[in-house]
Amino acid sequence: MLQIKNLHASVEGAEILKGIDLDIKAGEVHAIMGPNGSGKSTLARVLAGQEDYTVSAGQVLFQGQDLLDMDPEERAREGVFMAFQYPVEIPGVSNTYFLKAALNAVRKHRGLPEMDALEFLTLVRKKMKLVQMEESLLNRPVNEGFSGGEKKRNEIFHMAVLEPRLGILDETDSGLDIDALRIVADGVNVLRQSDRAFLLITHYQRLLDYIVPDHVHVLVDGRIVRSGGKELALELEEKGYSWLEAAAAAQVGA
Amino acid sequence: MQAIETREQEMEQKEMAGTAPYLADFERFQRELPAGEPAALQALRRLAIESFAATGFPNNRQEEWRLTNVAPIVRETFHRATGDPNALDPERLAPFAFAAAARLVFVNGRYAASLSHVGDLPAGTVVSSLAEALASSPEKVVPYLGQLAAGLDQPFVALNTAFLHDGALVSVPRGAVIPGTIHLLYLGSPEDGRPTVSYPRNLIIAGENSQVTLVETYAGTGAYFTCAVTEMVAGPNAVVDHYKVQRESTEAFHMATFQIEGQRSSVPSSHSISIGGGLVRNDVNAVLNGEGIDCILNGLYLAEGRQHVDNHMRVEHAQPHCDSHELYKGILDGRARAVFNGLIHVHKGAQKTDAKQSNRNLLLSRDAIANSNPQLEIYADDVKCTHGSTVGQLDDDAVFYLRSRGIGAEAARSLLTYAFASDIVERIKVEPIRKDLEEFLFTRLPQGEVVRQAV
Repeated sequence: MLQIKNLHASVEGAEILKGIDLDIKAGEVHAIMGPNGSGKSTLARVLAGQEDYTVSAGQVLFQGQDLLDMDPEERAREGVFMAFQYPVEIPGVSNTYFLKAALNAVRKHRGLPEMDALEFLTLVRKKMKLVQMEESLLNRPVNEGFSGGEKKRNEIFHMAVLEPRLGILDETDSGLDIDALRIVADGVNVLRQSDRAFLLITHYQRLLDYIVPDHVHVLVDGRIVRSGGKELALELEEKGYSWLEAAAAAQVGA
Repeated sequence: MQAIETREQEMEQKEMAGTAPYLADFERFQRELPAGEPAALQALRRLAIESFAATGFPNNRQEEWRLTNVAPIVRETFHRATGDPNALDPERLAPFAFAAAARLVFVNGRYAASLSHVGDLPAGTVVSSLAEALASSPEKVVPYLGQLAAGLDQPFVALNTAFLHDGALVSVPRGAVIPGTIHLLYLGSPEDGRPTVSYPRNLIIAGENSQVTLVETYAGTGAYFTCAVTEMVAGPNAVVDHYKVQRESTEAFHMATFQIEGQRSSVPSSHSISIGGGLVRNDVNAVLNGEGIDCILNGLYLAEGRQHVDNHMRVEHAQPHCDSHELYKGILDGRARAVFNGLIHVHKGAQKTDAKQSNRNLLLSRDAIANSNPQLEIYADDVKCTHGSTVGQLDDDAVFYLRSRGIGAEAARSLLTYAFASDIVERIKVEPIRKDLEEFLFTRLPQGEVVRQAV
């Protein structure tokens, strides 16, 4: 579904991603772990199309198409969704209406008719249950005055409504207490299915207690230095990142 | 010799300042006025024209006019309209009219009785043309005139006062609650192909414990000049909601002063929507002249092309225990220019003042300019005063957030622009006015249809 080949990306002249290779198949859940500043979030944002980053080399194919050639909205319509690390507050635009505009843009792209108000409301009610969102948050402006946990839940709720092919979670677990983490994880688990893949960006192993990945990759200084199964996360939990950082430094030095 | 030259130069400057046609028109105007007007009124006009003759039009060397150049007004020749205001095609009212408790229509500043209506209002309420009131019971009106907007040193207030004759009179007696809205509608246009000038003068008196909502709408087509003054008194405990919708033609000039006096425990509010006009200046002066007043001053201005809009605010906290909350927002596109100048003046002894002022500007183009100048003058020591002003572009992170959910770039920008305006829009309690403004925004924004679906 997603093939990343030798991806290099920089921001303001500084190279952050230094050659990423990753292959994600439909139905799989991949976790990217790594210390602060390793480029995890950059990878997520480059995939979502944030324009602050410059891709200097490499290729990303999404369902066989050149992802990097698409505008952010095209990527979303094709089925890429990124749950933000810091969801943006948008005063004046209600959560429901925002979502309706987004869903209809996606549906239009897929050749589906726009949803009428009743269909939409039925869908939204169903999806809200997934993340135990209170109905009052629907009518409030997007993320405005939401707590940290509510914002993250709102991201998963948006994902549930938009039903992407690839869901990227950019440190969705950060700042969540254990109850909120469980709710977010349950929401993701319900959305796991054979034609949908996930890329989880996380600093901590604990998210992976709740969303069990098929593959774990460790990113250090813009490169994937190790890949493995879910047991790699446990190893990291035990040993920290320093042994891999040392290994990576040695590799570069060699 | 020297002295003579200097005097000649002065004469020239006066000529250049463009007052001569107005002074000549004042003499014509005097001859047209009905006989037997009160001497006090005649004296007020005379004082005003003398003041205007002495000061001339403002120029950029004056601090209050540093960023607003009125030369285009000075250059143009305007005429007071003479045609029958009732002859206006009623269709022209349709875009602005709504179901109101009373509606007074003024065409080029003159009352059009046949286009106006006054419904059932509480006993003692007066909603009429000022000219009629001056003719029938001047003793009730004249004492108020010029008392509030005493600022004859302000050239456009002086000019308006010199030509004071018609406009609206709204007087709500003690304890009366006006159901619905009183709508004052001013339509401007050239006459026989010549630009017109009008001097609407409005007097609003809300008695003790009364409640009233008023809307002033200024609209029109082609080139003309509206020089307006509204004086409003909110009596003790009165709740007065005032809305002004300025949607003049883009060729029009609009110079207006709104003078508010709040008395003890009153709640005067002003909502200024400025979306039209070529060269616009709105002065809003609120004098909080009693304890316990809660004064709200909201504003939204949109300008594009070469429109210029200047909002000058002045809040006088003359007594203790008063609140004033000011929020003005501007959206500027093209080569538009906006000026915001907000002064909060807390007088000596006005303790426990709570004054907030905020001015936010959104620039949608590279060439749009906003100047924001908040000022505090505080002569009391136990007060809470805050002010803030911003000039900025749309937040890139927010645009990206919307795009990352599938919303197109232009639609995202339109949504965020609408969202920027929305807190002012939502504060408009008169539904037809709010709906009209929403509609205006949907039409103005490049992807307004997406916004319409989304809000």
